[in-house]
Amino acid sequence: MKLPRSSKMATSLAAATFAFIASSASAEPVKDDQLIVNGEEEIATEAPAPPHLDGAVGDTIYSGWLFRDTETRAMQKDDFDNPMFLFVDAGIEAWNTREGTAEKSCADCHNEIEDSMKGLRAELPKVTPEGELWSLENYVNDCRTNRMGAEPWGWNSQEMKNMTAAIGVQSRGMPVAVEIDGDAAPFWEKGKDMYYTRYGQLEMSCANCHEDNFGNYIRSDHLSQGQINGFPLYRLKDQGAVSTHQRFVGCVRDTRGVPFEAGSQEFRELELYVASRGLGLLVETPAVRH
Amino acid sequence: MAENVKPRVRVPKTASKDEVITIKTLISHPMESGQRKDKDGKTIPRSIINRFTVEFNGQLVLDSTLEPAISTNPYFEFDAKVPETGEFKFTWYDDDGSIYEDAHQVEVS
Repeated sequence: MKLPRSSKMATSLAAATFAFIASSASAEPVKDDQLIVNGEEEIATEAPAPPHLDGAVGDTIYSGWLFRDTETRAMQKDDFDNPMFLFVDAGIEAWNTREGTAEKSCADCHNEIEDSMKGLRAELPKVTPEGELWSLENYVNDCRTNRMGAEPWGWNSQEMKNMTAAIGVQSRGMPVAVEIDGDAAPFWEKGKDMYYTRYGQLEMSCANCHEDNFGNYIRSDHLSQGQINGFPLYRLKDQGAVSTHQRFVGCVRDTRGVPFEAGSQEFRELELYVASRGLGLLVETPAVRH
Repeated sequence: MAENVKPRVRVPKTASKDEVITIKTLISHPMESGQRKDKDGKTIPRSIINRFTVEFNGQLVLDSTLEPAISTNPYFEFDAKVPETGEFKFTWYDDDGSIYEDAHQVEVS
């Protein structure tokens, strides 16, 4: 990997806020490990960078899995050791539970989750026929309120993350397949603008860490490319499930900015753009990270 | 009374005679220590799995006492030498008197 690219680092170091990003290029993603889940399902963790990135991260995109410790990588290799599967089980139970005034469960309409939800996680967020950009959480709550007559779940509630994990794992191993043209283009452009906009007192954009400095350390954190192909995932620090928007909130907060709300229009647009930076990677949901 | 308690076990389906196999077990359980207090300052009663046993063909091969310091969702991984075809039986004992069981057959060729 070509890191650090001298011109980008020069710009970064010119800003005083970047004095604490180590310039050592010694901590690249691991090269000698393969993600083989349950000893049988091989999931590629790197891919050629999608054309729209125009070389911004070099030739290759890397899964966040490659930036994590040996022990953490091992947890994701075995579903028995991956704590997310407790939440996946809870999500599947909820899938089969009748709720709301319509006395319906997800399964009553969608039957087996393994069949009906296969591939969905890979193509979201996407534009609905009404022209709105929806994430998986929007679809879940739409079903709950309009079809089941049940209360919507909070975006980052445990119930929601159980369900998005249970739906997401049905797409594991499938290539990220978000649409970025046509109806999605204006949302994608806004998400891209946001990715390169500096937020907070520290005036940092997503790109400052995840494009200019992936592979380097920011204090003790090993910066990845910020790929979201493994969400929702188990975060060891939180001892729990973390959604994509929860991670976005955390990143903006780390810049000492005021984050957008989880589920907001802004974060859905950002989700689409960040997902598109992973076009070529495979869905790893539910991943394990630090 | 603990809710959503669900045992999970992974045992290889087959083994050769006297092979040492790895067994993994996990039970989803809150493991409430009895040390914490709720919003009103009242102690939340202790509710843990206090014993875990494994039998092979009716013979006790592992018997363990669990204490309140053990975290949520206790995980046990251990090796076992299997001399013959048989059944591993796993039993978890809850403070509330509930007993959770799971069993797995190993074919020795």
